[in-house]
Amino acid sequence: MRNQQATQLIFELSVPGRRAAIYPKCDVPVDSVKELIPSGFLSEKPPALPEVTEPDVVRHYVNLSTLNMSVDTHFYPLGSCTMKYNPKRHERICNFPGLVDIHPYQKEENIQGILGILFEMQEMLAEIAGLPSVSLQPAAGAQGEFTALLTAAAYFRDHGQNRTKVIFPSSAHGTNPASAALAGFDCIQLKQTGNGLVDLEELKSHLNQETAVFMITNPNTLGMFEKDIATISKMLHDVGGLVYIDGANMNAIMGQTRPGDFGGDMMHYNVHKTFTGPHGAGGPGAGPIAVRDFLADYLPGPVITKTEDDDGNDYYQLTNPVKSIGRVRSFFGNVGILLRGYLYLRTLGAKGVKEASEQAVLNANYIKALLKDILPVPNGDLCMHEFVASAADVQKKNGISAMDIAKRLLDFGFHAPTVYFPLDVPEALMIEPTETESRETLDAFAESIKQILSEDSEYLHDAPYSTPVSRPDEVKAARKPVLKWTEPGK
Amino acid sequence: MSSSDLKFAKSHEWAKLDGDVVTIGISKFAVNLLTDLVYIELPAVGDSVSSGVSIGEIESVKAVSDIYSSVTGEIVEINDSLEEDLGALTEDPYGKGWIVKIKIADPSELDQLMDQKAYDELCQSEAH
Amino acid sequence: MPYLFSTAEQQKEMLEIIGVNSIEDLFDQIPGELKLNRLLEMPPALTEMELGSHVKNLVSSDPGVASKVSFLGGGIYDHFIPAAVDEIVSRGEFYTAYTPYQAEASQGSLQTFFEFQTMICQLTGMDVSNASLYEGGTAVSEAIFMSMRVKKRHNKVVILGSVHPEYQQIAKTYLEHLDCEVCIIPTPDGTVDIDQVVGALDKETACLVIQQPNVWGCLEEVEPLVQAAHDVGALAICSVDPISLGILKRPSEYGADIVVAEGQSLGIPHQFGGPFLGILACKKEFVRKMPGRLIAKTTDRNGKSCYTLSLQTREQHIRREKATSNICTNQGLLALRATIFMSLIGPEGLKEIGDRSCKNAHYAFEEMKKIPNMKPAFDKPFFKEFCMIHDGDLELLRKKSLSKGFLIGPTISQFGNLESIPEEASSHGILFAFTEKRSKSEIDSLLRIMTTELATV
Repeated sequence: MRNQQATQLIFELSVPGRRAAIYPKCDVPVDSVKELIPSGFLSEKPPALPEVTEPDVVRHYVNLSTLNMSVDTHFYPLGSCTMKYNPKRHERICNFPGLVDIHPYQKEENIQGILGILFEMQEMLAEIAGLPSVSLQPAAGAQGEFTALLTAAAYFRDHGQNRTKVIFPSSAHGTNPASAALAGFDCIQLKQTGNGLVDLEELKSHLNQETAVFMITNPNTLGMFEKDIATISKMLHDVGGLVYIDGANMNAIMGQTRPGDFGGDMMHYNVHKTFTGPHGAGGPGAGPIAVRDFLADYLPGPVITKTEDDDGNDYYQLTNPVKSIGRVRSFFGNVGILLRGYLYLRTLGAKGVKEASEQAVLNANYIKALLKDILPVPNGDLCMHEFVASAADVQKKNGISAMDIAKRLLDFGFHAPTVYFPLDVPEALMIEPTETESRETLDAFAESIKQILSEDSEYLHDAPYSTPVSRPDEVKAARKPVLKWTEPGK
Repeated sequence: MSSSDLKFAKSHEWAKLDGDVVTIGISKFAVNLLTDLVYIELPAVGDSVSSGVSIGEIESVKAVSDIYSSVTGEIVEINDSLEEDLGALTEDPYGKGWIVKIKIADPSELDQLMDQKAYDELCQSEAH
Repeated sequence: MPYLFSTAEQQKEMLEIIGVNSIEDLFDQIPGELKLNRLLEMPPALTEMELGSHVKNLVSSDPGVASKVSFLGGGIYDHFIPAAVDEIVSRGEFYTAYTPYQAEASQGSLQTFFEFQTMICQLTGMDVSNASLYEGGTAVSEAIFMSMRVKKRHNKVVILGSVHPEYQQIAKTYLEHLDCEVCIIPTPDGTVDIDQVVGALDKETACLVIQQPNVWGCLEEVEPLVQAAHDVGALAICSVDPISLGILKRPSEYGADIVVAEGQSLGIPHQFGGPFLGILACKKEFVRKMPGRLIAKTTDRNGKSCYTLSLQTREQHIRREKATSNICTNQGLLALRATIFMSLIGPEGLKEIGDRSCKNAHYAFEEMKKIPNMKPAFDKPFFKEFCMIHDGDLELLRKKSLSKGFLIGPTISQFGNLESIPEEASSHGILFAFTEKRSKSEIDSLLRIMTTELATV
């Protein structure tokens, strides 16, 4: 029942002379643009955008949307991405006037509503982190990491310390080393360990006066809580270094334990993950950071502070921290996503937040238990909100790879787990169910994996069979990349 | 060309001395490990290079590896046909798949490298 | 809490299958002394009804561009957003999906982003575009890093003082710890003096950053600037307003190497400054040095045309500390908005938007010049925005305008202390921006308010 015509490229639907948007005639008494702007600045003709009607556009993109899997339509256990349900109330409320239509250069006194909400968001993020000072500016987790590292660099410089090394475990997200390098630090990667946790002896061997920051995800990317985190933090602090907590996995611990309480000095949130800003087919995210008091003066500006107006009412201001590293983003931040996070936290309250992490951990352990005999998990008895199973044995025995399982799951109506990461586990399947899935869904998912493992490996190599396309040729795409449509004959 | 007159680096490049010019390529073992090569980035003729420093990169779809120089000197020739077609790397890594030629000052640098036998042992151990 | 499933009975059964007695047992992985033995201090939970009223109470009296007439500018503009944009992006299949790692489950997003990349190339005239960056400001910094990689020059960049001050601030923050000289060229007349640019460029310079139209609304003479950059072997980075490209020259026509843009004007609401859309396009020889995701066309195992993530080896999840950028999550949903928007307006619509915005601005400019106590900051060609100087109290003027239903600004002093322009403009300047949404009667009302109020403030 697929509409093959509507899902041609929009350029192939284009017919010269067709159009959708039409604008009113200009009613100001001025000459043509050619008289207003010297010809050297003007283009002879407008860009060759597609020429289509509004019904064309709607049918095209609505049909394209049906070629996607999404949280609204499917179980989406993509590890490390926290694909939880995105509440519809958020979409409605975020479109309220006073939020969606506020220009960032409006006068402070006229935007007290949105500033107050964002201030309250700062406060809630500080409380969940156990770290008192928050910057909402970073646009995504990776930018949060980068921003925090710049903040740390400014702090060290201000204290006359030349610290150049950033350390992280081998299981770290790729953004950790990339952010550290971008911020001008040298990277040290710890070796892979047998139990999936940081090896304290190895870490110690790298710690000295040059150590700037240790970046760690906790729970780590294998879904395990780094139980020695307090010791690790003390080791860093003893040499004058700082501890950065990559908050990608906060869904496991919110309301249970706090990065500030286990020794973290800085952290970022992924609001699109933990606090369910929708993932938007790749973004937007929001990556606010929380830091200890002694780092607050270096945060990027502006931040929101609360004071009182002449009548004694709360008044919210945009202010720059005194030793601020400067801006990392224009205007204020990915406010639309921060608002969704705010609405989520206000819906849950303190009890709800705790309950959410409990159910997330319960669901992950439940799937893990259902699969333990067929897809072993190399690290850890229990897991937190996610776990990394390995298909290495299955591959050796039956020739079925993690990728085969991932692709075949699509035929069963489940999005695939993460299979490209972490690099430490061979044939990794990183499964994160989140709390917003029912036991029935988890049972069906586990059953499907069982069935897949009983299927013929040759058959699986060609899976999926029910999707619009199957196994795109990535080598071809990378060798001679075709990155745009070109008009036939040109 | 047989690979027996070649020297090998731990990072899987081979080197062959001819007068004062060393030809460098990557070993068959490394090519096989990388699978489905998609792109190579070569240095420019005239670049000065030193031993152990990256002179280029080779990419497959989901991995990227540095190509290291095993000697110190100046790039005198690059195999730019690879930029169009990486087939030679897989089909003939020790012949048509050569990567760069470097004019060197000190031929004794090559003494640091492994011979075929030692290299084969290294590959064996890495394959596990 | 409203989004959970497990009944107490189910929970018990699940725990049994796991082999533990209680949920607390699952959290034994966390050492006891690290556990938070209290509830978080948070405001009380609200139901859907309560939440809506709560937020409405907080924000409903704040005047935004939906309820007022906006002449606000400074990088964010009140362009019209056709209803079809909002309707289509509200499809859950788009906005609740994630990065298209599994191509088979993501052809909708992948094809859309391939169309986005194509449209950005059509718009700018460049060879390749990525699938989005965070926003216009960080896009400038990403382009600067890219130019350093392409040119292998890491010591110096030159930025025109007429680039958006916040974009300049981001670049300074990004480059702070990299021992890179950031040279800012003043623009005392509203645009830059080519001789000063030539004087600042040298063989160490990685790039020259230009904004067209610039932050004061003025049009820069870009061709000689690009040429000057090329003369010293530097790249020319041009930051543009995409909506201007229906009438203004495309960056490819003046030789830009990398084009960046804030895509807000392409169908994205204000949202107090984000999420917006970072655009980055370039010449094809630099494609492997680009930051951000790229979508390529390929074929599947049955020979069918399809789309997939490509050139991923540039990215952080593979190249780690040597990646072309640390960006992972991008602005997919905003790229979707822009794609739908560009499809809806087409070439003629884009031209009409540019034409109407430009004419509205020029009409207002000529009339505003006649108002006593108001004078243009600069005498340069402009597109849809210009800067006026008024020696009185600008904040009071903004307040009085708002009381009549008109939003104006920003004042130049909102950008902080700027040294690139004369003191008079930096302390007493205010921007006025005009889109296709404004009509003669709205502009005339604004002019009336200016005339009457300026006598008193």
